[in-house]
Amino acid sequence: MKEKMLSFHDVKHIYHTVRGEVTATENLTFTVEKGEFVALIGPSGCGKSTLLSLAAGLLTPSEGEVSRRGSIGYMLQRDELFPWRTIEKNIRLPLEVQHRLDSESLERARTLAEKYGLGEFLQSYPSQLSGGMRQRAALIRTLAFDPDVLLLDEPFSALDYQTRLLVTQDVAKIIRSEGKTALLVTHDISEAISLASRVVVLTKRPARVAAEHELCFDGENDPLRRRENKQFSEWFELLWKELNA
Amino acid sequence: MKKDQKNYSKEHLLFLKKRRIDLAIVRALRVGLLLFLLLFWELSTRLGWSDPFLTSSPSRILSTIGSLYKEGTLFYHIGVTLLETFVGFFIAVAVGCIVALAFWWSDLCRRVLEPYIVVLNALPKIALGPLIIIWFGTGSKAIVFMTVAVGLIVVIMHMLSAFLETDPNKILLLRSMGASKFQILKKLVIPSSLPAFISMLKVAVGMAWIGSIMGEYLVSRAGLGYLIVYGGQVFKLDLVMSATVILCVLAAGMYFLVVLLEKILVKNTDN
Repeated sequence: MKEKMLSFHDVKHIYHTVRGEVTATENLTFTVEKGEFVALIGPSGCGKSTLLSLAAGLLTPSEGEVSRRGSIGYMLQRDELFPWRTIEKNIRLPLEVQHRLDSESLERARTLAEKYGLGEFLQSYPSQLSGGMRQRAALIRTLAFDPDVLLLDEPFSALDYQTRLLVTQDVAKIIRSEGKTALLVTHDISEAISLASRVVVLTKRPARVAAEHELCFDGENDPLRRRENKQFSEWFELLWKELNA
Repeated sequence: MKKDQKNYSKEHLLFLKKRRIDLAIVRALRVGLLLFLLLFWELSTRLGWSDPFLTSSPSRILSTIGSLYKEGTLFYHIGVTLLETFVGFFIAVAVGCIVALAFWWSDLCRRVLEPYIVVLNALPKIALGPLIIIWFGTGSKAIVFMTVAVGLIVVIMHMLSAFLETDPNKILLLRSMGASKFQILKKLVIPSSLPAFISMLKVAVGMAWIGSIMGEYLVSRAGLGYLIVYGGQVFKLDLVMSATVILCVLAAGMYFLVVLLEKILVKNTDN
């Protein structure tokens, strides 16, 4: 029996505006287990970002329960690096916020940065880095305080196609080698297939689970190799149908 | 740009040279225009095209400034106006920023007080003249108050809109790390508003001069505004022009101080 890191149980969330109310999600139940890489895909406008805010505890559900074990690291669509801080100070940001600037944490952050090729850029400013490198720095920032679960909100959607494939490759490798649990939200089917160990398909608003699939690819975890695998197109076809059902 | 120029291609060197020439032309034309205007002004009075009694002239302005200097009152008047302007400027900027921060912090406070700010902004501050004289007398205090009154609301509005424009995604990011509101303010809102702070300073410099000179028109016994009013009353237009020229120089100097500050402070932005 694996450890449940994050679980949604019968979650309902209503958005209130002056013009009325919108039910973003209803009867939503799914779990993320330790070490899993789960991708949530859904038609656009199904409230995916709301789900991440719920998962991160930034929103409280109207009904139902979201439970999480351990700390959460959040990675957004854009890198959101602070332009007035050097890469090193950007990476330190979560440690600063959580008052954990002890030598051990700092050393950890530094080692991570060096291990993943940011060593020579530590004193650079974000504007001096390429889009791919910036996104990598954003990931290292997320990993710096050693969160138990990573929440990824379409973290590659702001990049051009070429960079996107490279960064996806990058991020997949880093997340797996650090043994992290991750929840990815995306509308990009091929991204979900190339990255995830499990895909959860959501319905239109109000979002609930339409289908769930384990992707095994015979143990192949490399995103580019997965894209070349013949199972890839089969999965794509299936998920496409389920998304547009 | 301290790279070894030998590494550049011929074409690039030519490009650099063209740029330098381009810049030099613009600078030469700027100075040339000023010299031309001064010369034309001087000549028009010498040749009798205009009456120097009404238009003054560069040479008369110089000699007026010279005689003010000999009387020992030149730096006194400059000092009085500078002090009033600086004190008013600093108070307006400091208080304005604090109020804007309070408005950012408390949404309720902002929503309640916003209409008051809008109305105060639209109010012509000169209308406060009589009140200021009665409340603060006819000394520097009244002039500083006028300077603050003219600048304060502009500072508040400028900084508040900068604070409110903080990238919501970056706020979300900090909140996901567990940041408190004070941490969000300190680590994100204030540093990301730095460019807006500098552009506000540029506006506030202009406002401070408007305020101090307007204040001196109202009540003063010394200062450049006083010289202008006095010169007008006794029909010494040389004095009016001289004080105006000195004002131009001082205002430009203060503006360049802000530009210098900008170069030191604002180094890294995404744009």
